[in-house]
Amino acid sequence: MTATAERPSKTIFRRPETTEGFWSWITTVDHKKIGIMYGYAAFVFFIIGGLEALLLRIQLAGPNGDFLTAAEYNAMFSTHGLTMIFLFVMPVSAAFMNYLLPLMVGARDVAFPRMNALSWWIFLFGALFTYSVIFFGDVTPPLGVEGVPGNIDPSEQTLLGGLPDGGWFLYQPNAGPDFSPGTAVDFALLGLQILGIASLISSVNFIVTVFNMRAKGMRLLRMPVFIWMTLVVAFLLLFSLPIIAVALFMGTFDRAFGTLFFQAAGGGDPILWQHLFWLFGHPEVYILILPAMGIVSEVLPVFSRKPLFGYAAIVFAGGGIAFLGFGVWAHHMFASALTPVAQAAFGLSTMTIAIPTGIKIFNWLATMWGGRIRFTTPMLFAIGFVAMFVIGGLSGVTHSVVPSDWQQTDTYYIVAHFHYVLFGGSIFGIFAGLYYWFPKLTGRMMNEALGKTHFWIQFIGFNLTFAPMHWLGLQGMVRRTWRYAPETNFGPWNLAVTIGAFTIALGILVFMFNWTWSKRKGVPSGLDPWDARTIEWTIPNPTPHYNFADNPHVTSLDHFWHMKYDEDDEGRAVRKDNADEIVAQLDYDGKNPKAPIHLPNPSYFPILMAAGLPLIAYGIIYHQGLAGKLLIAIGAVITIGSLLGWGMEPLEEPHDGGGDHAEEMAEAH
Amino acid sequence: MADVIEAAETHAEDHGGHGEHESFGIDNRKLGMWLFLSSEFLFFGALITNYMVYGNDTFGATVVPREIYDIPFTSVSSFVLLMSSLTMVLAHHSLATGDQNGTRTWLLATALLGSIFLGGQVFEFYEFINVYGMTLTTNPASSAFFMLTGFHGVHVAIGVIMLMSLFGMSRRQGGLSEGHGMNLELVGLYWHFVDIIWIVIFTIVYLLGAV
Repeated sequence: MTATAERPSKTIFRRPETTEGFWSWITTVDHKKIGIMYGYAAFVFFIIGGLEALLLRIQLAGPNGDFLTAAEYNAMFSTHGLTMIFLFVMPVSAAFMNYLLPLMVGARDVAFPRMNALSWWIFLFGALFTYSVIFFGDVTPPLGVEGVPGNIDPSEQTLLGGLPDGGWFLYQPNAGPDFSPGTAVDFALLGLQILGIASLISSVNFIVTVFNMRAKGMRLLRMPVFIWMTLVVAFLLLFSLPIIAVALFMGTFDRAFGTLFFQAAGGGDPILWQHLFWLFGHPEVYILILPAMGIVSEVLPVFSRKPLFGYAAIVFAGGGIAFLGFGVWAHHMFASALTPVAQAAFGLSTMTIAIPTGIKIFNWLATMWGGRIRFTTPMLFAIGFVAMFVIGGLSGVTHSVVPSDWQQTDTYYIVAHFHYVLFGGSIFGIFAGLYYWFPKLTGRMMNEALGKTHFWIQFIGFNLTFAPMHWLGLQGMVRRTWRYAPETNFGPWNLAVTIGAFTIALGILVFMFNWTWSKRKGVPSGLDPWDARTIEWTIPNPTPHYNFADNPHVTSLDHFWHMKYDEDDEGRAVRKDNADEIVAQLDYDGKNPKAPIHLPNPSYFPILMAAGLPLIAYGIIYHQGLAGKLLIAIGAVITIGSLLGWGMEPLEEPHDGGGDHAEEMAEAH
Repeated sequence: MADVIEAAETHAEDHGGHGEHESFGIDNRKLGMWLFLSSEFLFFGALITNYMVYGNDTFGATVVPREIYDIPFTSVSSFVLLMSSLTMVLAHHSLATGDQNGTRTWLLATALLGSIFLGGQVFEFYEFINVYGMTLTTNPASSAFFMLTGFHGVHVAIGVIMLMSLFGMSRRQGGLSEGHGMNLELVGLYWHFVDIIWIVIFTIVYLLGAV
């Protein structure tokens, strides 16, 4: 489908060539710009999800709270979960992967640059579609329970009350047509479907990049751990997304077209939803944590001034976690009617996850052991990650003991557990990465004093928020309940939790101030501000748009460190020269490209093609009317039309990896 | 394991053949297609599992999918789809030997056989709905049946569109170039995948279901 140079008239648009200004961001296929857009968009949703959490905490600050209605409370905890998982942690991980993957493997871009832009725009439009529920969503009384106190009266529907209210897991039959009429849940189901397409395209792109685009000499076991974790996460996405895609289709068909998959009244089985959801949902939690583990594995050795202890063990433990992660899903379902054999089997398989995780923890500790540690902000966050993740991991192991899990199911103990691994884990790791790679992005350092202030506020606030949830849960406080009575004595600890939540918010404000201030006024970072070990630091900060001026040649793990240091007779590291001098001698120093560099040209088609998908999704929600059918038709025309335009677009540059048909088929999924 | 990877790569390095990248030596687009298809296998795996869970779930309805299958009819249309894999291989072979006319002929034949299969499926759905009164919403078994075979049909239809695009391009440009040869290979991979999935569906849904 590639148009050759002699037929430019056959294309719909001239291929854009801008590299600056508004349109350059709309049409870009540069992995760095895409990564930055992913990052900012994810952070906006982080703020939204955080505000939702604060509303929940105001409601629960004291007994018999009346800040939110029950309907609003349900909507807030559901959208808080959906937002933080699908619209913050996943895309911010994608931001790191996009920005760093080509830099760390020594490539000019990912394997399929236009597909990369496509997945970003599909993500953005999917996210906006999901949140457009606030304008278009409505909830009507569930079947047969009109007038029951606490249920929703349409005449009293508030703005927030019209959001999806079935939890991020959308359990059936609660999220089915009978008990969640109205359109709110449709937005969640179809929104996740669109976001899944974006992740699927990214995962194919990243795997091909890792397999085929590595710099010369960058063997698999010389890749940075972050790249290994990117690879593992991409495989997890590749194999778990199709399962949730089928489940979401079934849920949508139940609601829109009257199929009976999860409708017990028609012979369907609601438990099947739980199996399909968690068959995706458990790999999903490793999709959320493994990128942060990769980041921490980069940060710890740099600031311990030691090589990563047990590199291969950490890499294979990451793969092991991913593999085992497909065999433990039913531990989310111990309270459903599983047979004792199944419960024992899933309990055991859950325990085995602790082995590769433990391997990682001990290797990180051994990396720090005996190192000359520099307590910079990224290092503090990385150490915070290890400590908090251990707590969350240990409470996780308690869930593998089935009788104990029954006691904990649906209590705040569970909430405490997964916030320790996802906030204390993923988000601390993400902040470590943001501070660590900020100079790569901007050429400046973030302010250390503000950074450390941020860390300590967030660290204290985090523990004040989530540690008391352990004991609240063990005392029997149940999740997803909008009020508790004064007699329960849950009040004091809940007040502490609420204060902790606002402390975290204060920490995030410090971070936002630091980021905006440092971007303009931060100390210039120079070439190698952290005495880093990996090759992305051998090129100038901020990264030139062509990345490497010449293709790097890698000869070892931690290649950059070995360029800077020799060993003396006793095995101690001896500095050869400063980084600028060493890099100046490289032929790929990023300053003086020897040959003209061809980069893939920007394109209008990724954003156009992505724009069609939400239209189709709106059409499915309103398919009973003419408007809905029109929307489906218009969306299909836009998507398929831009697909053809994409295929006929002149490449100009033979190295543009735009695999036309591969994309076409990814789209068909 | 680690040693095996290292050894394999050292071996590759010793024998040269590297461009400017370390690579698995398989074209980016082909690798991407294989990865995408591996994901598709799980997509259909979930749909087939879903049918196996619900295939006998009639819930009191009088009409059940497995009792109204027309095995001889579906066997013929399955045979037609399998033959389209043969014509796909012939199209690929023709392009490899530089026979552009042959390529176009076999592409058209593949698309035609795929369309016949789709026509058979439309006829089957029409009969089930209008003659036997079994619709998407009759019982969980019928929901699962239409969902599985319907999604497979959509995949075949997309394959036919891609085949016709290749055919059209070849007509307009007087043949497919080397770059398009890769496109033909990718469409071929996809097409064979759709056929293989049908063999599984035909066996599990129709043959075993009717026993």
